[in-house]
Amino acid sequence: MLLRHTKKASEAVDRKALTINPAKTCQPVGAMYAALGVHGCLPHSHGSQGCCSYHRSVLTRHYKDPIMASTSSFTEGSSVFGGQANLLTSLSNIFSIYEPDIVAIHSTCLSETIGDDLKQISEKALADGKIPEGKFVVQAATPSYVGSHVTGYANMVTAFVDKFAFKTDEKRRQVNLISGWVEPSDMTELKRIMKVMKVPYVLLPDTSDVVNTPLTGKFKMYPTGGTTIAQMASMGDSIGTIGTGAFCTKDAAIALENKCKVPFKITDVPVGLRATDRFIQAVAKMAKVSVPDEITKERGVLVDAIADMQQYFHNKKVAVYGDPDTITPLVEFLLDLGMKPTAIVSGTPGKAFMKNMETILSEKCPEAKYLNGPTADMYRMHTWIKENPVDLIIGNTYGKYIARDENIPFVRFGFPIIDRIGHSYFPTVGYMGTLRLVEKILNALMDYQDANCPEEKFELVM
Amino acid sequence: MTKNLKNKNLPDPIAMREEIMKKYPRKVAKKRTSAFVVNDPVEIPEVQANVRTIPGIITQRGCTYAGCKGVVLGPTRDVVNIVHGPIGCSFYAWLTRRNQTAPPTENDVNYIPYAFSTDMQDENIVFGGEKKLKEAIREAYNEFKPHSIAIFSTCPVGLIGDDVHSVARDMKAELGINIFGFSCEGYRGVSQSAGHHIANNGVFKHVVGINQEKKLTTKFRMNMMGEYNIGGDAFVLEEYFEEMGIDLVASFSGNSTIESYEYSDQVDLNIVMCHRSINYIAEMMEKKYGIPWFKVNFIGADATAKSLRKMAQFYGDAGMIKATEALIEREMAKVKAVIDEVKPKVEGKTVMMFVGGSRAHHYQELFKEMGMKVVAAGYEFAHRDDYEGRRVIPNIKIDADTRNIEDLVVDKDEKLYRPDLQEKKAALEKQNFEFEDYVGMMPDMDKNTLVIDDISHHESEKLIELYKPDLFCAGIKEKYVVQKSGIPLKQLHSYDYGGPYAGFEGAINFYKEIDRMINASVWKLIDAPWKLEPEIVGSVVTD
Ligand code: SF4
Ligand code: SF4
Repeated sequence: MLLRHTKKASEAVDRKALTINPAKTCQPVGAMYAALGVHGCLPHSHGSQGCCSYHRSVLTRHYKDPIMASTSSFTEGSSVFGGQANLLTSLSNIFSIYEPDIVAIHSTCLSETIGDDLKQISEKALADGKIPEGKFVVQAATPSYVGSHVTGYANMVTAFVDKFAFKTDEKRRQVNLISGWVEPSDMTELKRIMKVMKVPYVLLPDTSDVVNTPLTGKFKMYPTGGTTIAQMASMGDSIGTIGTGAFCTKDAAIALENKCKVPFKITDVPVGLRATDRFIQAVAKMAKVSVPDEITKERGVLVDAIADMQQYFHNKKVAVYGDPDTITPLVEFLLDLGMKPTAIVSGTPGKAFMKNMETILSEKCPEAKYLNGPTADMYRMHTWIKENPVDLIIGNTYGKYIARDENIPFVRFGFPIIDRIGHSYFPTVGYMGTLRLVEKILNALMDYQDANCPEEKFELVM
Repeated sequence: MTKNLKNKNLPDPIAMREEIMKKYPRKVAKKRTSAFVVNDPVEIPEVQANVRTIPGIITQRGCTYAGCKGVVLGPTRDVVNIVHGPIGCSFYAWLTRRNQTAPPTENDVNYIPYAFSTDMQDENIVFGGEKKLKEAIREAYNEFKPHSIAIFSTCPVGLIGDDVHSVARDMKAELGINIFGFSCEGYRGVSQSAGHHIANNGVFKHVVGINQEKKLTTKFRMNMMGEYNIGGDAFVLEEYFEEMGIDLVASFSGNSTIESYEYSDQVDLNIVMCHRSINYIAEMMEKKYGIPWFKVNFIGADATAKSLRKMAQFYGDAGMIKATEALIEREMAKVKAVIDEVKPKVEGKTVMMFVGGSRAHHYQELFKEMGMKVVAAGYEFAHRDDYEGRRVIPNIKIDADTRNIEDLVVDKDEKLYRPDLQEKKAALEKQNFEFEDYVGMMPDMDKNTLVIDDISHHESEKLIELYKPDLFCAGIKEKYVVQKSGIPLKQLHSYDYGGPYAGFEGAINFYKEIDRMINASVWKLIDAPWKLEPEIVGSVVTD
């Protein structure tokens, strides 16, 4: 057994201080990922170089693509005297050596604990002439002792909106789409949906064609993708903003409303049938368009596949862990499939999660156990599984240890996925993306049945 | 005779360095030039190493915590390693370093698949985190009843004034198991290297030699140091030692237990694989217990044979020498069969290697065996002695960053000291047997090759453009950057999830792997067939 010391829930001690096998990570990695979704932008980690190294590594393992970011490389001295000198030196070096259009600075636990004021230092850099003409610096405070990687993503996206969106006298017939933390493939799918609906849009951030680039024989420090400065500027004149996933996008949508009076609507990340329904309706309503037949057809295809295969989902118990914005609609969808999500954790704190879970689960799956925040970790979920076994696990790569020990089918979903590819290229949002999720779940369950059922029960047609 | 790497296909190194430095602001160029030297294996030039990375530069380096928790203590399976800090540091070091471990039975302890963290929150930063840390230790103890618990401090901990050492003492008294802390905050040093030193100090102070009850009775006892069992390297070596009749008491730290460290003072010899990360313990054990050490290298078939012979010679036992020779003969036959097949396919290809604190040197052996040319190499977190050899140690400037890290004052243990081993050492030294030896990377590299410390992204990008090497070796952050240029990159931290590469079996795996990498069809399929065709005019597409 890999996780040989994990106990059953009824035998495990009640933990308040010790996290074991976290279901979250820290803010800066989210800020780094969000910043990669802006064209010509270099994320910069203001702290000791270890954080930057770890964040780049995990993103690289997840995408198998270059993840470029710089660091202030603090040492003991900077920790005592503050990081201003390091950041000023960093900025002048970055602009002359790596030539980005934008440097997106995020803090780390270290610089936050010291109390470095990123905004004030950036202003000083500008005053000192360290930021060349036509180049920009944005900054987000991302202390990891608050929230999680999801919070860091939200903070960075908000920083972009704050810095670049402007209101002019000209209204634009376009919708701002602020995306929660999803894969580049999902960003491409969101854009396709907007095109099919004939709704002009700005998508922020947009990591497609940044972290899933082609092999051409030439490395490009700033790939073709990413939201441009002009696009971000135009967001202030849009007719409205749709944010997918409250944890990741609500702050940015509010900031845009405050700054440019652009009204907003927050929906779920469109994972699953009904979350996609709500997303499509929100877009249609805001843009005042009717839903095109092509979208309705895609929906029908998804419903058809579920109807065809529903027997394989029925009453199957599922353990789910990950980020609130994506696992909330996922749990709703699992119930729609007829499954029973009985063990759910998210390391990301926030009261809304527990409330949403209660609304979704109380009637259809009252036996479900769920928790978020500190110590809502994968160890806890595993103790629940040991007490009350499940038929399927859905979550990031770390779930493979539980899946192997307990011999449970496993579907990879979330961040990080560092042992398989696919998430970079094939979406799990929208009706078509949900169809892929359906296929993945079925494959996991049916491969398991094929491998484990008695010979006389082996089925040719399923 | 030293070889001179003068090849008309390769650019002039001095001119090329100037070209690369052009992009840098003046101050940066000056600093980087001292870390970017043209090698001369005889008149070894000085390399700037172990100094701070310039802020803003995209570097390969990690932090002190990574060196302490990730590298040195991470591979040990019977200790609960609690990371005291916000969640990230613990999350990223969770299982990502591929240290394999093999508990003897299903019932033996193994905490490696677990990540433990105090997940500090806002209020812990403001009001201090000691209380939470104590509670976390209690919870870990109650849940697992471990043999020992280690605490690792991450960046904020030192700043807010949490004293992990006093917490460790208090909890040790309360729970009655060994509990010890490391002040390995990320900013403590200029790289992972500081963390290695801190880990060495802590393990030596709190663990080595604390079990004097257990008495070892085997005949030839040894510790292996600086071998981390990436991809199963240690498993290969363990078999060799067994065949030679050597009892491997403790490994620092691949496939190891803290329990074995507790009686690791009862050996006759320490062999050192990665000099950078572990030489401190080897030296301290010699001072305290009189145990001699020498450097070995098990990367490369010839290097392995040489190291095994040296070990057998040290023990001087006829049976062991015979067994060792038999082993080498048997394994070398297998190695030869593969090298004969692979060499013609890779000979003359050029390689660059920027990694670690010893691997960029060790792996040159394997490339030499394949007839490949290392044209540039460097470390991520080494010191000057790892480049130029231990003879420069007395001349290394001690700067403020190095002074931060305690140099333990170690005294002779009058009861446990082994004068017999020191006498043996003196006798062997008379026969030109070298102890405490490490000549560094540069004497083993050709003239006019490049030696670059803490290489930056800009430098490696330019090197690739100017040299067009056939293979690049580095880590995960560089992997896809280099491969986008159409050049395969072999990860020498994680081995690209392959291995083992140590010993004879490892050498065979490595030859085959490099052949596969360099000669895979995919590198020739990058350009679409129509790229070279004339553009077609006219179209049937209507819009
Ligand atoms: S916070 Fe400090 S200890 Fe943690 S990864 Fe960053 S540099 Fe290393
Ligand atoms: S110090 Fe903070 S920002 Fe850095 S890795 Fe650790 S948790 Fe993340």
